[in-house]
Parts: sequence; C-alpha cells; structure tokens
Amino acid sequence: VGFTDADRRRAKELIARYPHGRSALLPLLHLAQDRDGWVTPEAMEEIAGLLDMTPALVLGTCSFYTMLKREPVGKLIVSVCTNVSCLVNGGPSLFEGLRARYAEDDDVFVEEVECLAACDLAPVMQVNYEYHGPLTTETAVDVIEQYQRGELVARTVSGTTVGAKGGST
Amino acid sequence: MAVEETRIVTKFLRTREKDSWTFEAARKHNKAYSALEKALKMDPAKIVEEVQTSGLRGRGGAGFGTGQKWSFLPKDIFPRYLAVNADEGEPSTFKDHMLIERDPHQIIEGAAITAFAIQAHHAFIYIRGEFGLGAERLQQAVEDAYANGFLGTNILGSGFDLELIVHRGAGCYIAGDETGLLSSLEGERAMPRIKPPFPAVQGLYAAPTVVNNIETMSTIPHIIRRGGKWYAGMGVNKSTGTRIFSVSGMVERPGNYEVELGMTFRDLIEGLAGGVRGGKAMKFFIPGGASAPWLLPEHLDEPLDMDRASELRTMLGSGAIMVFDQSVDPLLVSWRLAKFFAHESCGKCTPCREGSGWIDKVLYRMAHGLGRPDDLDLLLDFGNNIVPGLNAPFAQTTICALGPSTMSHVVSLERCFGAEIRARLAREHAQRAALEVVSA
Repeated sequence: VGFTDADRRRAKELIARYPHGRSALLPLLHLAQDRDGWVTPEAMEEIAGLLDMTPALVLGTCSFYTMLKREPVGKLIVSVCTNVSCLVNGGPSLFEGLRARYAEDDDVFVEEVECLAACDLAPVMQVNYEYHGPLTTETAVDVIEQYQRGELVARTVSGTTVGAKGGST
Repeated sequence: MAVEETRIVTKFLRTREKDSWTFEAARKHNKAYSALEKALKMDPAKIVEEVQTSGLRGRGGAGFGTGQKWSFLPKDIFPRYLAVNADEGEPSTFKDHMLIERDPHQIIEGAAITAFAIQAHHAFIYIRGEFGLGAERLQQAVEDAYANGFLGTNILGSGFDLELIVHRGAGCYIAGDETGLLSSLEGERAMPRIKPPFPAVQGLYAAPTVVNNIETMSTIPHIIRRGGKWYAGMGVNKSTGTRIFSVSGMVERPGNYEVELGMTFRDLIEGLAGGVRGGKAMKFFIPGGASAPWLLPEHLDEPLDMDRASELRTMLGSGAIMVFDQSVDPLLVSWRLAKFFAHESCGKCTPCREGSGWIDKVLYRMAHGLGRPDDLDLLLDFGNNIVPGLNAPFAQTTICALGPSTMSHVVSLERCFGAEIRARLAREHAQRAALEVVSA
C-alpha cells in the first residue's frame, strides 16, 4: 500500500526541518522502511514525488546504504560483526553458527556486518539494532528466541555491562 | 603507583550510570548548560580564541586543531553550518557510542557553544544509523533542550537562534569522512568530495561549514568553563588534554579509558586494560583504528602523543587500540581489514575502487594457505598506485583517506613481519607443489 495521509504529513514535517528538502531523503527512506520492513519500489516513487526527484535518484542513494533493505528481510534483523576485534574473539563462528541455524527461517535475517562500535562486547551482534554481547552461538540463539517470544529484552548500554567492564565503576 | 584515568569528558557518565543521560540529572548533578550560559555572554571571537589556546585537536582521527578549523571560516559569508560527526565507524572505535548514549547533553551543549562561536544557526548531528538507543536518547535530549530554552529561538535571552537536527545515517563507513558526511546529509550517496574547497569555505549546501567529532564537542563545555589554559596544562607537547581510548581485542578488560595524553601505551594497555588476556605475550597492536599502521611490543613505552605517533609512521587516529597475542595470524587480520575497506570503498576514485578489491582477493589467498611466494611484493607493487611511496604519512591518489587506509595494514605486514611472511609463503607454496607432484 502507498503512503497514508498520516505518512505524508510525517514526511512533510521531516522535509520542513531542513534548509534544503533533499536532505530529508535518508529520514524518508527510514520512514518507509520502518513502515514496511523494507524500502519498496512504490515507497521510492512516493518519496521521489515528495522531493521532486526521479525515482532513479532515490534508488541511487538508497542502494548505497547497507541498512536500507530493498527486499523483504523478515521480522528480526540479526547483524553479526566479524571485524577484527570480533574476529579474534569468535565473531566468525558466531556468524556461521547463526546463519546455519536460521538458514530456513524467513523471519530471522542473519547478516554479516562491519564494526558495530561495541568492541568491548566482542563478539557482538545486534537484533533489530539493539546490542547484545559477548555471545556464543547458544547464548545468541537464546537472545533471539526471547525476541521471538515477544519478551522484553534488556537493552545494552555502551560500556556498562559485564563484557564491557573496562573503565566502568 | 597504580595507573589511573583522568576523567573529564567521561566523569559524569561514569559517576551516574543509571541516569546520566537524562536532562534532570545532567542539570542537577553536572551543571549542564552552565558553560553555554557563560559562552553566550562572551564575544564569539573570544570563544574561538579560547579553544585555540586550549590546543584541542579534533578527536575524530585527523587531529586537526579545533579552534584553527573554526578560524578558517571566511568572514561575512552567511549562512554557515555546523555538522557534528557521530558516524563512528572506524573499526574498534567505540567512544562516541558511549558519549552519545550516556551523556547527550554534554554533546548538545558543546554543539550549541560551537554554533554560537562560528555564528551558525543550523546544526546537525549526523548519527550512525545502527545506534538505535543512541539516536533515541540523543533525540530525547534535544527535545528536552528545546523545551527548556537551550535550543531554538533567542536562547536564554541572548538573541541567538539555533536549530539542531539529529540526522540518522543508514549504514556506511565513508559517511564518517567529513565531506562524505556532507554529501550524505544532502541526500546523496556519501561520496567524499575533492578538497579544496575545504568545508570551511564550501561545505554543506556550498556554504561555510564546520565538521567536528562527538568527543571534540563533548570537550568544549569543559574548556569554556575552566579556560583554554587549564586544558593546555594537561597532556604532552602539542597533544594537549585528555583523550578517550577504546581498547579492545585480546585484553583482560576491554573498554573506554580517558587518560591524559602523554601516558605510555604500556600503562594504557597493561595498567588500565589489564594486559594481554591470560598473561600471554603480545604479537602486535594497532594504535589508532583500522587505518593506522601497526606497532610492535617494542613500542609499548612510547607516549600517547599524536606527533610522536607520526614519527613512528603511524597515528593515534580515532583512539582505538587493538591488541593481538602470539596466536593471531597477522595475515588473517590484514585480510579482514582489506575485506572491510573493499566493502566500504565508495567507488568514486579508481585506485581505491579497483585496488581495494584486489588487495582483498590477494590477501584472502595469502591468509588461507594459497598464497604465492611473491604475493606480498605483488601487493606492494600495485598498492604503490594508491599510496605512492608506501610510507606514512601516506601520499594518496584518491580523494579521501580510505585509499591509503586500504594499504596501511599491508605496509604494516611488510614493516613488522615481512621476512616471516615471505618465508611462510615460500614454504606453503613448496608444500602445495609437492602435493601436486604426488597426486600427478
């Protein structure tokens, strides 16, 4: 379905925040993705109309950014870091373990990502952009299942948890 | 004597873990916005001067003088913009992440003071898209600041207006480059732009723009409160004040440590972060984020001094220190970094777009027992087209620093482990050749 009136009102608010409307492109793409779970071609056309751009230009920007998905990815986005600090702390096996575990599951999208800026939690993953770490495949599956059951999962605050004991008092 | 942190920017967030990000706690227990009140009564030029006196250098990676950067804005050209760089993505850096989640009011106060100093009425905080909680807390903090008259029109009756917008990125390393950030903020692909013109002259919407890092912004209120001279009294040589170092990898206590510059790598890594995990021996460490050339255990007694780091042909960069023990294969680390840079190369400049992919491919086979005897030399040969001379400070054939970063770890391989790697490549190649004879 296309943008509703409420979506369009929100879009116009976002555009009005900027001295130049086109700056609202990323916020509008986020808006579309938050609504549909991914950025649909229809949404890109809608955004093009709102910003007086061609849909191709919208796609050009959209396709540059890894968080913006151009196909359905399921309800849970599980992002596992394998960059160096995670590499030497078991990140690759965490990623492979989760990828194998959820290979057939359309609702859990496991992706390998670059450094998530939480290396004190290595190996670290995000579930729908909430941080969890340090993890083994077993504890990671545990966390993912909590999300699947709709339980309230405790949020990780940078530099305050067990893994990130450095410097905290 | 035990090694200790010198907490200035991180003091409040460490002492009030449970509510340091809230407006009420920041006001009541950290005098938030009192430096803004003071600054608004000052002459903007005096603020720039004070920051120049402090010797504060940008905490994002390049280490350029903050006050000096502000002073480059051409006179009498308006509007001007402030863009705060919260797109923290340099591998193993996680200090801004902590500052955003746990002390957003300090950032907003610093940004407001900076905007007043440079007479900008629009400021943007470009926050990394993946920082979900960070964006939420920062947005809430901005709304609280508006509601209490610290942002918006006629701030505290001074006649100064400032609109501050939290802008979320969408997953892209190169948006952390200052001109890449501006492209992204304009709704484009985050491709860096050629300099000159520098952002101070033609930045956002082709108007004069200052781009500053989150930690830099967080430091400004302290300099205004206590004076540039006080800040310059800390640190060493031209590296004044304190810095937050993110220590990670194979250490006992990974984490963020704010220390006075001039402390040794040894005190930071062994004294504060507990040394290599399990008491093992260190093989090497990376002193300033993935883009920084590597150092060896013999460098542990060197000071945390930006200029000394340049003499050692590396940099303190973003303040991320990665530690590796003897069990780590440097080729594997190098390949993973190559893969990172190949993924994040924006594709604008040919040497980086093509070169980063080739470095990834060649290092993959080297790290996985399939290397050819002359592979290291092959890398150095074509890498010379990205970084002519192959020596830090790196010359570059690309617009931004991602180009040289693709070669930084390769240069480090040669510098730290050249003989070891050549011998290994030759050995592995001979073993494969022997196997081929047997199977034939």
